[in-house]
Amino acid sequence: MMQELLLQNLPALLLAVPMLGAFVTPLIGRASGGARNLWAVAVMLATLAVAVLLTAQVLSSGTVVYTFGAAAPDLTVPADSGGIPIRIIFAVDAMGAFMALAASLVGLGVMLYSLASATRSTGQNGYYALLLLLVVGILGMVCTGDMFNFFVFLEINSLAGAALVASRVDKGVAVEAGLKYAVLSTLGGLLVLFAIALLYGQYGALNIAVIASRMLFTPLDQIALVMLLVALAMKAGAVPMHFWTPDAYSMAPSSITALLVVASQASLYGVFRVVFTLYGLTLDYATIGWIIIILGVLSMFVGVTMAIPQKDVKRLMAYHAVSQTGYMLLGVGVGLAVLGNQQLLDTYGVIAMEGGIFHIINHAMYKGLLFLTAGAIFYRTGTRNLNQLGGLGHSMKWTMVFFIIGALAIAGIPPFNGFASKLMIYESVFLFNPLLAIIAMVVSILTLASFVKVFHSIFMGPRLPEYADVREVPAPMIIGMALLSLLVILFGVFPQEVVDLLITPAAGALIDQGGYIASVLGGA
Amino acid sequence: MLDAYTLQTGTGFWDPVVWIVVFLVAFLIALAIWLLGEKEYPRDTQAVKPFLSGNVEPEKADVHMRAGNLYWGFTEAMKGYYSRLVPLHTGVLNDYVLWFLGVMALVFVIVGVAA
Repeated sequence: MMQELLLQNLPALLLAVPMLGAFVTPLIGRASGGARNLWAVAVMLATLAVAVLLTAQVLSSGTVVYTFGAAAPDLTVPADSGGIPIRIIFAVDAMGAFMALAASLVGLGVMLYSLASATRSTGQNGYYALLLLLVVGILGMVCTGDMFNFFVFLEINSLAGAALVASRVDKGVAVEAGLKYAVLSTLGGLLVLFAIALLYGQYGALNIAVIASRMLFTPLDQIALVMLLVALAMKAGAVPMHFWTPDAYSMAPSSITALLVVASQASLYGVFRVVFTLYGLTLDYATIGWIIIILGVLSMFVGVTMAIPQKDVKRLMAYHAVSQTGYMLLGVGVGLAVLGNQQLLDTYGVIAMEGGIFHIINHAMYKGLLFLTAGAIFYRTGTRNLNQLGGLGHSMKWTMVFFIIGALAIAGIPPFNGFASKLMIYESVFLFNPLLAIIAMVVSILTLASFVKVFHSIFMGPRLPEYADVREVPAPMIIGMALLSLLVILFGVFPQEVVDLLITPAAGALIDQGGYIASVLGGA
Repeated sequence: MLDAYTLQTGTGFWDPVVWIVVFLVAFLIALAIWLLGEKEYPRDTQAVKPFLSGNVEPEKADVHMRAGNLYWGFTEAMKGYYSRLVPLHTGVLNDYVLWFLGVMALVFVIVGVAA
């Protein structure tokens, strides 16, 4: 009975567990810091468990629909509502479940890492509460089936993220970065809200499935599309709207930066959900597909070339995060550009999308790992300046090993996970346009070159006198990095298992607009 | 059984397990060659010190290549590109907003023209 109730309410629990956890955390923190830390880890573990169960449920029985406040979770359309699902509905398909799983996994790694990395900071009650709220925002964005609800979770995501970016203050520089992030997020959120209002004005509904089923692609819809697309692409850090990324990523605590990467990917998910599910074949998919591809290519190239001359290790990694987002945009953009041509979709479009989606989870793992290693270096040396670092391979061997794993993965070196997803993107995009694939490969080479520089600057060389007393970071930080390293290796060695289990269903869910609509409206 | 680990990429495939096996074999061969090398060289003597045309070897820490010196040639060769790209990253929030709104205006035009 209890088990059945639990399984029936998984989508609600996925949000309720971290939200309750966030609000209770400061209360427990007033009594004991140790108890608060244990509580936060337990909440994140429980959230991951719910995400795993929900993903299993979605993969075994299809899209899970959950109606809040209804007599039964699957009663989406009340009898007296005129056919409109007026309640808030979560529609978790394979794409949403995939994103929720990725966010929860990184969230757990970050939480374990924070147990040690946050010990020197004040305001830990707020830190853990906001961290859990950031997880709530991400999970809500990827699970909801309601546009206004999506906006609400986008705002939770942005506000928690901005507060966390500013949390270390750092003579005001971190506060400035947090302010920039907050202002741009607010502007983006405002445009998302305006776009939602335009859609609501036309179709009298906020539910994604209802709007999608009635979509006419009128001029107002086109305006709404541009607002949604550009605002969410900016939140994802696409060039040339990426300027906030190095500021925010470099000034946030490293644990938070790792999660901010996932927060940005939730916005990327928003872009994909809007173009594939909300608009689908009604939009000019070739034009929008090429817009996404161009944003992707710009992000890849500008991101990596801006990374190479950087001297702050976290700014460098932030530019690489921009660059890697470009791969995802490129892969999924190619899939969108050929959406209306079933033959091209089957030949390379689906593989390109799968490559882009696979790169999302791979990037979340290895980029999260790399930011955690950068945090470990900062934790022990107090500097992020590559010109001042060196010789740490003598004293921080575990961190060095984790860094090598992350660096090889981001550079697309086999057998790590980055190679698998990049290979899928290279081969499929080459069939679409060889020049794009060549640019993608050149960017990978530049990425490797950049991380060779970082590796040399931080770890190689003789032991420097100023770091003679440096030793390895505490165990919780090692465990957090080890967890992500293990996933990077496993996803790289068994890529087809991951693709079969998570990626193919996720890409299929994005393409299958009719299936999404039917799962919510029951074919109505 | 290996088929189960082979990633299908549409037009090709990638088998990480085979790659790891080949890598390990190559590593073992390299290790074997290394083990065949001279083991009895005199450590901690002049024999292992680098010869710098008779000059005294500086302290290791003094000659460690720092990050700022790496890829100087690359950035110098790309000076024309970087001299235009780097100044765009002003750090000024007003500029960030302008870029955002500018891209939105451009996409409006593209979508409008295409429609």
